[in-house]
Amino acid sequence: MTVFVIRRLMQSILVLAATAVIVFIGVYAIGDPAEMLIAPDATAAERAQVEASLGLDKPLPVQFLAFLGNALHGDLGRSFVFNQPSISLILERLPATLELALVAILIALVLGIPLGLIAGLKPRSVTDETIMTGSILGFSLPNFWQGMMLVMIFSVWLGWLPSSGRGPTGHIFGIETSFASWEGIRHLILPAINLALFKLALVIRLTRTGVRETMPLDFVKFARAKGLTERRVVLVHVLKTIMIPLVTVIGMEIGSLIAFGVVTETIFAWPGIGKLLIDSIMRLDRPVVVAYLLVVVSLFILLNFAVDVLYSILDPRIRLGRN
Amino acid sequence: MALAKPALFAALRPDADSLLARSLAGILKSPKATIAAFVCIALILTALFGPALAPQDPYDLSTLDILDSKLPPGSESMTGSVYWFGTDVQGRDMLSAMIYGLRTSLLVGVLAGLVALLVGTVLGLSAAYFGGRIDSLIMRLVDLMLGFPTLLVALMLLAILGQGVGKVIFALVLVQWAMFARAVRAAALVEKGKDYIEAARMLGLSRPRMLFGHLLPNCLSPLIVIGTLQVANAISAEATLSFLGIGLPITQPSLGLLIANGYQVLLSGQYWISVYPGLLLLILVFSINIVGDRLREVLNPRLAER
Repeated sequence: MTVFVIRRLMQSILVLAATAVIVFIGVYAIGDPAEMLIAPDATAAERAQVEASLGLDKPLPVQFLAFLGNALHGDLGRSFVFNQPSISLILERLPATLELALVAILIALVLGIPLGLIAGLKPRSVTDETIMTGSILGFSLPNFWQGMMLVMIFSVWLGWLPSSGRGPTGHIFGIETSFASWEGIRHLILPAINLALFKLALVIRLTRTGVRETMPLDFVKFARAKGLTERRVVLVHVLKTIMIPLVTVIGMEIGSLIAFGVVTETIFAWPGIGKLLIDSIMRLDRPVVVAYLLVVVSLFILLNFAVDVLYSILDPRIRLGRN
Repeated sequence: MALAKPALFAALRPDADSLLARSLAGILKSPKATIAAFVCIALILTALFGPALAPQDPYDLSTLDILDSKLPPGSESMTGSVYWFGTDVQGRDMLSAMIYGLRTSLLVGVLAGLVALLVGTVLGLSAAYFGGRIDSLIMRLVDLMLGFPTLLVALMLLAILGQGVGKVIFALVLVQWAMFARAVRAAALVEKGKDYIEAARMLGLSRPRMLFGHLLPNCLSPLIVIGTLQVANAISAEATLSFLGIGLPITQPSLGLLIANGYQVLLSGQYWISVYPGLLLLILVFSINIVGDRLREVLNPRLAER
């Protein structure tokens, strides 16, 4: 186990290093770093000063080490627009994004697992066909357009829910959350549904495939032969087996939710890191863009690592298979 | 010897020619997939003959009249023709704008899908054929790419590179080749051990000929399935990126960009400017996905048995 974790950790660090190299090449080697990292309205004197402090006159490898050193100290540059360290801007907005992602994944699981079970238990039935066509529809609905339709129907036409912004937040157990007030929850509903639909389609699919693969296995027959009710066979024994791939995929999908959060946050003006990214790209606030990329990739690598470890605990075959 | 070759291959090689026939039969057997396939064909034809079909050249400014702006669907223009899908903020006929947008969306999606297929196939085949270090290097790259969500990588790239048709296609290829490479490698590894490859090797065929002439044709079925689904993904991803304002430039509006333009007036009630292009995008992606899903069922022997 320890060997596995260490090996996996080494891989994660490698990937992170590779990302740092790519971002560095993107910003420093392909683009003109002076243009990228100095505000467009800077004076010539300011420009010269920044160029000297960035060490742009030094060879690329030296620059890379300096970039890496600063990054490891948590210094990813200052935002031109907010005149704050870009890393703190991102960390300030991260909780809003994470809250949205977690609520979305919860919606996807609570609705998706039962629907997938129903479809998988009666393959090729009308119910199955309907659920699966619905899931393809869910995959095909462009995320941003589906969000706009939610706004149009529930905010503009029906006027039931607010269309933009995060409502008032409060503190529950010291965590800042929208769940503290009804108004906060109301603001959360539409963005969460928007983000959840795609994942819902995925969870349905995974659960259905899992059920269809598990039902013919011997242990299911054995459980039935033992005289267990069908209900118990499905809800305890089959579901437990399906949970293994589901946990992995869900873990990976939290990362992709943060990426798709960019779209949802843009539509609903949700004050998370995704909206910050798009705003920063539009305002040419490049230090924030660089910081976003590095933070999100680190977050993602961390998640992948956690999922892999969790997976190897749930299913020892993974660990053994790799040795 | 020259006579023996074709006979030998005919005996040893799995029937690759029936692939198209099997796909077609599979689609025609399902009414849902048949309808979807017809919709796809109709949309592709519309895109191909777009300039002839569109009532107006939406980017010829001389045909636009600002007095016609934001007309609801079905209203008549100053010259008496009917705007079936209304007009946008600049008085552009939405139907024409949608046909041109469809052209751009399809072009970018299909081109990105094809290039990714090409790159992925070559790398996947090489990995399976050469094995060893080349294999592990390519597969490491594949794992790395597949570990990140498509949208995130595309976002990163375009944030660094900027807008442009070529850049969007490049970004989409970069995020999609890995899927193809993995599928081709898996199929090729199975095929590699079969007798006909052994026979081809004994006949002393050149490496490229063996790879592309004999190995590749038998790895086509996963490629067809993934290719179909990836084109749908590429179209969807391009629309999303354009909506966010980091995809295509304003001079080449795809469906995604049309929707984005309409979003600004959606809240004031002019729903048609973003709803109709969105519906078209949905129908396009949905039909391609239905066809792809059906192909997966037909061509995947593991699923077909169940």
